[in-house]
Amino acid sequence: MKNRGYYGNYGGAFLPEILVATFDELEQAFENIKTDPGFWNDYEALMSSYSCRPTPLTFAGNLTREFGGAKIYIKREDLNHTGAHKINNVMGQGLLVQQMGKKRVIAETGAGQHGVATATMAAKFGFDCTIYMGEVDVARQRPNVFWMEQLGATVVPVKTGTRILKDAINEAFRDWVSHMDTTHYVLGTACGPHPFPEMVAYFQSIIGTEARQQILAREGCLPKRVYACVGGGSNAMGLFSGFLDDPVELVGVEAGGKGITSGQHASRLSSKEASPGIAQGYKTYFLQDDDGQMRETHSISAGLDYVGVSPILSHMQDQGTARFESATDMEVVAALKLTLRKEGIIPALESAHAFARAFKEAPSLSPEDAIIINQSGRGDKDIFTVADAVNDPKWKEFIIGKAAEYNA
Amino acid sequence: MLEAYIKERRKSRDILLMTHIVMGYPSFEDSFDIVTQMVEAGVDLMELQIPFSDPMADGPVILTANQNALERGSTVQRCFEFAQAVSTRFYIPFLFMSYANILYKYGFDRFSDKMDQVNLKGAIVPDLPPEEGDDYIRAMKRNTLDPIYIFSPETSDERLAYVSSFASGFVYCMARKGVTGRETAFSEDLATYLSRCRHATALPLAVGFGVKEKADVDYLKGKADIAVIGSQTIRIVEENGVAAAGDFIHSLL
Repeated sequence: MKNRGYYGNYGGAFLPEILVATFDELEQAFENIKTDPGFWNDYEALMSSYSCRPTPLTFAGNLTREFGGAKIYIKREDLNHTGAHKINNVMGQGLLVQQMGKKRVIAETGAGQHGVATATMAAKFGFDCTIYMGEVDVARQRPNVFWMEQLGATVVPVKTGTRILKDAINEAFRDWVSHMDTTHYVLGTACGPHPFPEMVAYFQSIIGTEARQQILAREGCLPKRVYACVGGGSNAMGLFSGFLDDPVELVGVEAGGKGITSGQHASRLSSKEASPGIAQGYKTYFLQDDDGQMRETHSISAGLDYVGVSPILSHMQDQGTARFESATDMEVVAALKLTLRKEGIIPALESAHAFARAFKEAPSLSPEDAIIINQSGRGDKDIFTVADAVNDPKWKEFIIGKAAEYNA
Repeated sequence: MLEAYIKERRKSRDILLMTHIVMGYPSFEDSFDIVTQMVEAGVDLMELQIPFSDPMADGPVILTANQNALERGSTVQRCFEFAQAVSTRFYIPFLFMSYANILYKYGFDRFSDKMDQVNLKGAIVPDLPPEEGDDYIRAMKRNTLDPIYIFSPETSDERLAYVSSFASGFVYCMARKGVTGRETAFSEDLATYLSRCRHATALPLAVGFGVKEKADVDYLKGKADIAVIGSQTIRIVEENGVAAAGDFIHSLL
């Protein structure tokens, strides 16, 4: 543990002794690829042939007219293979696993996008794959569970704790401390012990690098603001990292759930309810009680339903280099419906948080300004949740009919 | 303090026993009863775990006990009260076991002062490696409490020496990889690893993870100073009730 990976007061590597050697090996492997000039080219070549990179930057003309303020651009991470930005990190770590010579990968997943991406990578590279997923999330993201299993992964529903993303991470660590000789843990977000926050942000930086070039080519100037949803923070770090040295306001949008005052949310940086703590191997803002016990969180989107947040973003919050807001479940569904109708684009419920906030702010900006919203993933996976939220009678009829077929 | 106690006690015993409970599981009354039986049956030291919502290093048995204790209202405050009650009543050393966030949130200095006040002797915090432990170590030392450090079979000789340089009281040697409460092979590999540990420190060695019956305890004689029984006591109490705790300890000796 030479470099403990601190960002101001946050980060670190709060590792049980059994994992120290594994992290030393991982850190070394990551150092090697960072300093290997060929690696990034190989990575970009893989992402352009296997995924859909560079992903487009779409001008949302109808939404721009709707709000009458800033020009709205959408960075289309939903067009990646597997439908979300998660694949950027996963393929990068996959190349790393090949170099380390390990044969098995494990991962946690919330919405299931990271699980599907990891199962996809494992199928392509020939690794065994186990995915840990909270029981609650298994129930609300069945389509992704189906695809993970079809891709050959074992999906383990986690029945401990709050039975969501945080608990899936704990279980993945419990697997890893038993099997680290053969197994790499493909952590899906810019959280956890060093070097994960740095490593995940490194692979996701491809989003921001592309977006910066694309907006300059299109507009000839930088955007006024960029928006990304924040669960663990990987898509936000990805987009933000393209604009860290620019006069661009970085806006992270957390899950407001049923409203901050309801206590049922996952707003760590945008509410006053979180405080610094140590869990899951790193120090950051956590939603916790006075004893340091982690609280239950809530969001309509499984991917943002997480108790901690990237230590890099916690540091940015303290430094004032990014601004954090929240969007409620209801605002998110409204933003999703509007985007569908106006642009023919289906953002994931996670991504729709960024849309909701951008829509609030766009009217007060000048038509000369441009903003970028990161569409971190596509909403097809959310069909069950969205159908319930919009209370669609025809969908209910279809499900009832389908159930009757199975029962026949 | 712990080191002298263990070395003195070892003069008349081949191996010492350390057991583990989760405070407030199944209830504080039961916890007190279990401690009473264990001490009366001849346990030499005890680990009192302050439950945490996310105990990353614990397997299903202790994990469930942690959750259950929290659901039933175990708080840090009540754990300190419990620790005070048992350390006043029984004359064996008691240690805290918990996770970093419990101490961090309480404040390391304040936590250490409170430990000293209720007569605890040391602490085991598995997710607080020496590299992250400056504040913790300083806080423990100022009350002459022992921060117990952990060796694992994955730890290199170089790192054993490094970790030893921070250790006091005794060193906790994980018998194997993985989390608490699973099978351990008491084999030649374990003996080789324990002799590596022995070379790395002059402090007493405690061995835990998978120690659950007399044969395991006997195997450790001559190789370690303390056998640590963790998950197995919880299992016994779950299966046979609180009254079975004392007999279980007798069966190990």
